[in-house]
Amino acid sequence: MNVKSFNDLVDISEKTGESLHKIVLDWEMLDTGYSNDRLIENASKLLKVMEEEYESKKGKTFKTLVGLTGMNAKKMYDYLPDAFVGEHIFKAATIAVTISESNASMGRIVACPTAGASGVMPGVLLTLEEAGIEREKLVLSLIVAGAIGKIIAMRASLSGAEAGCQAEIGSATAMAAGAAVYATGGNARQVSHAAALSLKSLMGLVCDPVGGFVEVPCVKRNAAGASLAFLFSDIAKSGVESAIPFDEVVDAMMAVGRSLPESLRETGKGGIAATPTAKRIVRNFSEKFKISDDHS
Amino acid sequence: MISILDVIGPSMIGPSSSHTLGAMKISKFVYNLFGSVPESATFYLHGSFKETYIGHGTGLAMIAGLCGIDTDNPLVATADEIAKSSGLSYEFKAIDLGDVHPNTVKIVAQKNGTIHEIIGSSIGAGRIKIISIDSILCQVTGDLPTLVIENEDIPGALESIVRIISLNNVNIAQMNLNRISKGSKIAYMVIELDYELDDSVIKTLKMLKIIKSIIYVKALN
Repeated sequence: MNVKSFNDLVDISEKTGESLHKIVLDWEMLDTGYSNDRLIENASKLLKVMEEEYESKKGKTFKTLVGLTGMNAKKMYDYLPDAFVGEHIFKAATIAVTISESNASMGRIVACPTAGASGVMPGVLLTLEEAGIEREKLVLSLIVAGAIGKIIAMRASLSGAEAGCQAEIGSATAMAAGAAVYATGGNARQVSHAAALSLKSLMGLVCDPVGGFVEVPCVKRNAAGASLAFLFSDIAKSGVESAIPFDEVVDAMMAVGRSLPESLRETGKGGIAATPTAKRIVRNFSEKFKISDDHS
Repeated sequence: MISILDVIGPSMIGPSSSHTLGAMKISKFVYNLFGSVPESATFYLHGSFKETYIGHGTGLAMIAGLCGIDTDNPLVATADEIAKSSGLSYEFKAIDLGDVHPNTVKIVAQKNGTIHEIIGSSIGAGRIKIISIDSILCQVTGDLPTLVIENEDIPGALESIVRIISLNNVNIAQMNLNRISKGSKIAYMVIELDYELDDSVIKTLKMLKIIKSIIYVKALN
């Protein structure tokens, strides 16, 4: 089993008639030596962390490290009954922002695939769970999402410093969209299309955190990722296909990432971080906290 | 080969795998080296760590690691209080360590008069590389139990050390030999093992005449 692309996994699944998660589990066993049971057990533990963290943090405010965010999750939680975009999407966005604000306040999160994008996956999985999807199915969907992320890690990057936010929120969204398709009964091909459509729509997204802190615009981009994931899950399940296959989209994402200037790759020097307001925030902050040089 | 579990995890304390989790793992390596919380420590922050020590919680994460707190324990956020109750005093200083990874820290810690100095880099996605242990250069990940041995540089020294380890059915994963100077007849070896060593094995090693000093650091997880 020499897997180099997500399409390889989908092909094997279609040819053998074996479910996609089973193909992924066997691929992982050959690569790392982890048994199917061990992988499922560990993925289940990670889902449990997401469940526990949201359960204990929902509807709360956060004292974040820099204080640029922390009040948004509660506002969204309270607004949920009035959301025009619909309950599922708004709930996913609310969960995503809650986990991201918790991340910014040194809460426990699951780096799925990164800390900065840690709200997207719980946003989608926990909304599916509240809607009645069985937990076992969600664990397998998380593993399928892991395969999407692993292909991105192999062919491109999951790091904002290397390839911009498209590699973090973009990858998380592709993973979550694939998971949503799989959890709601979509087939392997539709998983691949949902991931491709998501990543295409976030192509070129730059990593421009104000002051370099994981707060602005990171927290709210997690909301965008979670809602887009649900949108493209449904679009893929409606039969819409991505004209460009997922693996080629991943390659294109990396090429775009390489051509991004350093100022747009997590340095806090370009994009949103270079606005007058952002610069004022950072100036106030750095005057407050300064460490002395070593004179010994 | 990267595992799916590394992609969908780990569970950690935010906000940054490089600046929080990695930073914490470097100082937890120092905690494991002492086997307990040191009495005092100075963190010399190099490169990006100087910028992230408040905003990414790098400072708190380093204090938490030195207190031996688990890397996904929410107590990390209040590590300054835990340090106080554990009797750890600490300070942070800025430093330029030269041509090293941008996320690098030198930690000098002390307990009962014993001082250790560790330099480590957080190299991304929560992975670390310890590049110096008490001035002995190395490339240690902390994922495996690590032995640092200062020994007489004479024929058969290596063989006698390896024999004791292998007699206890522990496989050597990585090994690095270094000679300080040929004249002094002192050499260092840094060994990463597949399994933890029992205290009795360390004791047996210490009894070897060729061994000058020995440091054993348990695996991070």
